[in-house]
Amino acid sequence: MKLTIKVWRQKNAADKGGFVTYPLDGISTDMSFLEMMDVLNEELSEKGEDPIHFDHDCREGICGMCSLYINGKPHGPLQTTTCQLHMRSFSDGETITIEPWRAAAFPVVKDLVVDRGAFDRIIQAGGYVSVNTGGVPDANEIPIPKVVADEAFDAATCIGCGACVAACKNASAMLFTSAKVSQLAMLPQGQVERKSRAEKMIAQMDAEGFGACTNTGACSAECPKGISLTNIARMNREYFSAAVSSDNV
Amino acid sequence: MILDSKIPAGPVAEKWTNHKFSSKLVNPANKRKYDVIVVGTGLAGASAAASLAELGYNVKAFCFQDSPRRAHSIAAQGGINAAKNYQNDGDSVFRLFYDTVKGGDYRAREANVYRLAEVSVNIIDQCVAQGVPFAREYGGLLANRSFGGAQVSRTFYARGQTGQQLLLGAYSALSRQVANGKVKLYPRTEMMDLVKIDGEAKGIVTRNLITGAIETHAAHAVLLCTGGYGNVFFLSTNAMGSNVTAAWRAHKRGAFFANPCYTQIHPTCIPVSGDHQSKLTLMSESLRNDGRVWVPRTVEMAEKLRSGGIKANDIPEDERDYYLERKYPSFGNLVPRDVASRNAKYVCDEGRGVNETGEAVFLDFRDAIKRDSEDTIRARYGNLFDMYQQITGENPYQVPMMIYPAVHYTMGGLWVDYNLMTTVPGLYALGEANFSDHGANRLGASALMQGLADGYFVIPYTLGDYLAKIGPAPVDADHPEFAKVAKEVEERIQKLLSINGSKTVDYFHKKLGKIMWNECGMARTAEGLEKAKKEIKELREEFWKDVNVIGSNEELNQSLEKANRVADFLELGELMIDDAYDRNESCGGHFREEYQTPEGEALRDDENYAYVSAWRFVGEGEEEVLEKEPLEFENVKLTQRSYK
Ligand SMILES: Cc1cc2nc3c(=O)[nH]c(=O)nc-3n(C[C@H](O)[C@H](O)[C@H](O)COP(=O)(O)OP(=O)(O)OC[C@H]3O[C@@H](n4cnc5c(N)ncnc54)[C@H](O)[C@@H]3O)c2cc1C
Ligand code: SF4
Ligand code: FES
Repeated sequence: MKLTIKVWRQKNAADKGGFVTYPLDGISTDMSFLEMMDVLNEELSEKGEDPIHFDHDCREGICGMCSLYINGKPHGPLQTTTCQLHMRSFSDGETITIEPWRAAAFPVVKDLVVDRGAFDRIIQAGGYVSVNTGGVPDANEIPIPKVVADEAFDAATCIGCGACVAACKNASAMLFTSAKVSQLAMLPQGQVERKSRAEKMIAQMDAEGFGACTNTGACSAECPKGISLTNIARMNREYFSAAVSSDNV
Repeated sequence: MILDSKIPAGPVAEKWTNHKFSSKLVNPANKRKYDVIVVGTGLAGASAAASLAELGYNVKAFCFQDSPRRAHSIAAQGGINAAKNYQNDGDSVFRLFYDTVKGGDYRAREANVYRLAEVSVNIIDQCVAQGVPFAREYGGLLANRSFGGAQVSRTFYARGQTGQQLLLGAYSALSRQVANGKVKLYPRTEMMDLVKIDGEAKGIVTRNLITGAIETHAAHAVLLCTGGYGNVFFLSTNAMGSNVTAAWRAHKRGAFFANPCYTQIHPTCIPVSGDHQSKLTLMSESLRNDGRVWVPRTVEMAEKLRSGGIKANDIPEDERDYYLERKYPSFGNLVPRDVASRNAKYVCDEGRGVNETGEAVFLDFRDAIKRDSEDTIRARYGNLFDMYQQITGENPYQVPMMIYPAVHYTMGGLWVDYNLMTTVPGLYALGEANFSDHGANRLGASALMQGLADGYFVIPYTLGDYLAKIGPAPVDADHPEFAKVAKEVEERIQKLLSINGSKTVDYFHKKLGKIMWNECGMARTAEGLEKAKKEIKELREEFWKDVNVIGSNEELNQSLEKANRVADFLELGELMIDDAYDRNESCGGHFREEYQTPEGEALRDDENYAYVSAWRFVGEGEEEVLEKEPLEFENVKLTQRSYK
C-alpha cells in the first residue's frame, strides 16, 4: 500500500519542532506499524538523512517502551501497543499523522522520544513492599484467595507506557499510579504500608506536574492493557481513608 | 591451569553451605565504603543491585532503556522453575539439578547447577513477599504448570507474563533503594568499555545516549548483567536493543568468553512472514502443555494445504502426523527445546511444512478445547492467543497456530568461576550474560530462575568475599587509565561517524544474521562453518569501509547506537563460528550434522569434548586462543539423553 506519513520532527528538547511529510510506498498489510517506520527510516538512512527517532524495544507489547500518538490516539486506532499494531488497520492511500506523547511531565527528547522518568519517581515514592532479600516466610504461608490474586494481577499488568497520560486532556497520571497502589492494597503483603503508600505516591505524582483527574475515562479506554477505572476509585478511597488516619504524621 | 573454577570441596549438596561459611564477610560499618557498578537492570541486575544496596554497598545501576523496568526480562512469558515440590509429585532439589544437567546435555558444571536448584526455593518466597501476583489455586495456594524437559510440575507462573511480574518485583526493590539513596540510576546510558587498574576491574566508560557525553565511573567491582547475544542473528525473539557490547568489550579486556556457539533455538515462535521482519515473536513453550504439534503425514497433503486446496481443520486424523508424540511417547510434546526444534526442521525439510514458505508446523488446541472448554484455555493462555491473532490475523481458538523455531537464548557467555567472577578479578557476570548453568541447552523456565538466583542469593555472598579481601580503600577515579579508555571509546565513535559509506547499519546486521542462521543455526557442518568464517571476515571489512552512520555523537543517535553494537556482533559472530567448528560433536543446541545417531539425535563425544570452551582474546585481528575447563560429573551419570 501507499501512504503519506506526517510525522513530528524535533532535533532536541530545545528545538521548537514541527511536522514533516514523507510519501511511502510498498508497505504490506502484514507489517507491524514499527516495521513500517523501519522501512521509512531505512529509506531516509540510504539518502543520508537522520532517521526518525522513536522508542521501542520488545516489540511484543510488554516493555512499554513504544509510545506513538497516531492519528490523534495514543498507540493508534486499536486498544493495543504501537508495536502490536499492524498495517492491516490502515487503508491504502491514507495519511497517517504521528506525534510524541504530549504532556508537560513527559518532555520531548527528540522527534517521537519523550522522557518518562516521572513514572519511575512515582514508583520510587512508595510502589513497593519494604522487604529485604532473604528472611521472608515460605511462599505458601501467605495464602491469597484466587479472585483477589487475579484482580491484583490485572492491576499489575500495567506496562508503564504513559498512554493514559497522553490520552487525558489534563495529562493526569491517575491510572498509572492507581494501578500500582491498587495491586498492593489488595494483597496481604501490601497492608503494612498501605496508608503511607497512597499518600506518598500521589504527592510525587502531583510534584511531577501531572494534571488532575476529572473522571472522563479516556485513559482506561486507550490503555493497551485495559487497566480499569476501578483502580482510580480504589486509590481515591485509599487516599481519603489515609488522610483521616495518616501514618505520615 | 589458567582456569580455576574454584568449586568448593565436599559433597555437592554441602558445597554452597560450606562455601558461604568459609567466605569472608565485610563488616556492616564498612559496607558503605564500597562502590559497586551494576550494568543491566533485568532480573539479574535489578535483583543484584537491590540486594547489594540493602546490605549497605553504594550501587550505581545502568541500563540503555529509558527505565530499568523495560529490560528484556520483562518479555519472558511462561514461568520460573523452583524445586518446591508443592504438588507432591516427586520433585526435589536433586531432581531439578538432575533435570538441568541432563537437559543441558551434560555440558554444565555440576556444582553451579546444584546451587541453582538449591536456592530456587528461596526465589519464590522472595517474589511472593514482594507482592508478585503468581497464579493461584482456589484454595489460595500457588499453582504450578509443567514445562519441557521435566516430568514434574515445578513451574510457577503469572499468566503468560511471568517475566514482567518478576521484573516488576525486582524493579520495585530497586526503586526502594533508589529512594533510600543507596542506588543511583543511570537509564539511557550504555557501557562502552571496561577499565582495569593493575589487572583488576575498577570501573567503566559509558555514553549518555541523550547527550552523547562519554563518562567514567570508578568502583571496587563491576557486575555485568547485560543479557544474551541472540541478536547476532538479526532475527530473534530478543528485544531489539539486546546486544553483546558490554560483554564483548570486557572480553577484549581479558574476560574469557565461554561456549559462544551454544545457542537455543526455541521451537514455538511465529514464523517469518516477509523481508520486512524486524524480530520474531515467541509463543510460550507452556503452550505445549495443551497444544499438539503436527504436520500432514504426506508431502502431497502438505502441498495441497500450502496451495489452499484443503484447510487444516479438514485434514482427517489419520492424515496427521503428531510426530513428537509418535517419536517420543513418554515426553510427547514436552520434549526439550532442542529436540522439538530439530524435529520441526526435519519435517519441513522433508517438504511437510504447512505455510506458504514451507517453514512452519501446526500447534493445535482443538483437542484441548474439546476436553477442557474454550474458557479454560483462555484463562491459561488468553494473552498469548490474543497476541498471536494480533500478529497473524488468525484466530487460534478456531484454526491451529502455525509455529517455527527461532533464535531465543544464548547459553554461552562470559566464563565465570563458582563465585560468578570472570577471568578479570573484580569483574562478575550474572544472568544470561554468563555461561554458567545451562550447559548446551537451557530448560524452559530456568533463565528467570538463574537470573534471580545469581542476583538475590549468590552474588551478595561471593562479592562480599572479594571486597573483604581487597579492602575498602577508595578507588582512584583520576587514575590515568580512565582517561585513556575514555579516549579510545571516543576515537572508535569518531571512526564510525567518519566512514560515510554507502550502506546502512541494518544492511550489515541482516547480512550477518543470514550467515549465522544458515551456517551456525539449527544445524552446522565443518564445511559451512569454514565458508561462514570467510564471509564474516569480508563483511566486517566491508562494514568498516562502507557503513554510513548518520548524525553526530552529541545527540540522541540511534544509528550510532546500532552501529556500535553491530560492530561487536561482527566480531562475536566469528568467534561463535570458531567455537562451533572446534566442537566435533553434537550436544544440546549445538548440532553438527556429521555427529548424529542413526535416529538423528545429537551424538556427544564425552571422551574428547566434556569441557567448557573458554576463548581468550589475544589481540586485534588475531585468532583467539582456546582454553579448556574439563567438566567432571560425580553425581550424574552421563548417558545418551533419551526422551522416548
Ligand atoms: C520472548 C522471551 C520469553 C522468555 N520466556 C522465558 C520464560 O518463560 N522463562 C525463563 O526462564 N526464561 C525466559 N526467557 C529468557 C529470559 O527472559 C532471559 O534469559 C532473562 O530474562 C535474561 O535476564 P538478564 O537479567 O540476564 O538480562 P536482560 O533482562 O536481558 O537485561 C539486560 C540488561 O542489561 C542492560 N544492558 C545491556 N547492554 C548494556 C550496555 N552496554 N550498557 C548498559 N546497559 C546494558 C539492558 O538495558 C538491560 O537492563 C525468555 C526470553 C525471551 C526472549
Ligand atoms: S495504565 Fe495503561 S496506559 Fe497507563 S501506563 Fe499503564 S499500561 Fe500504559
Ligand atoms: S516495544 Fe515494547 S511494548 Fe511496544
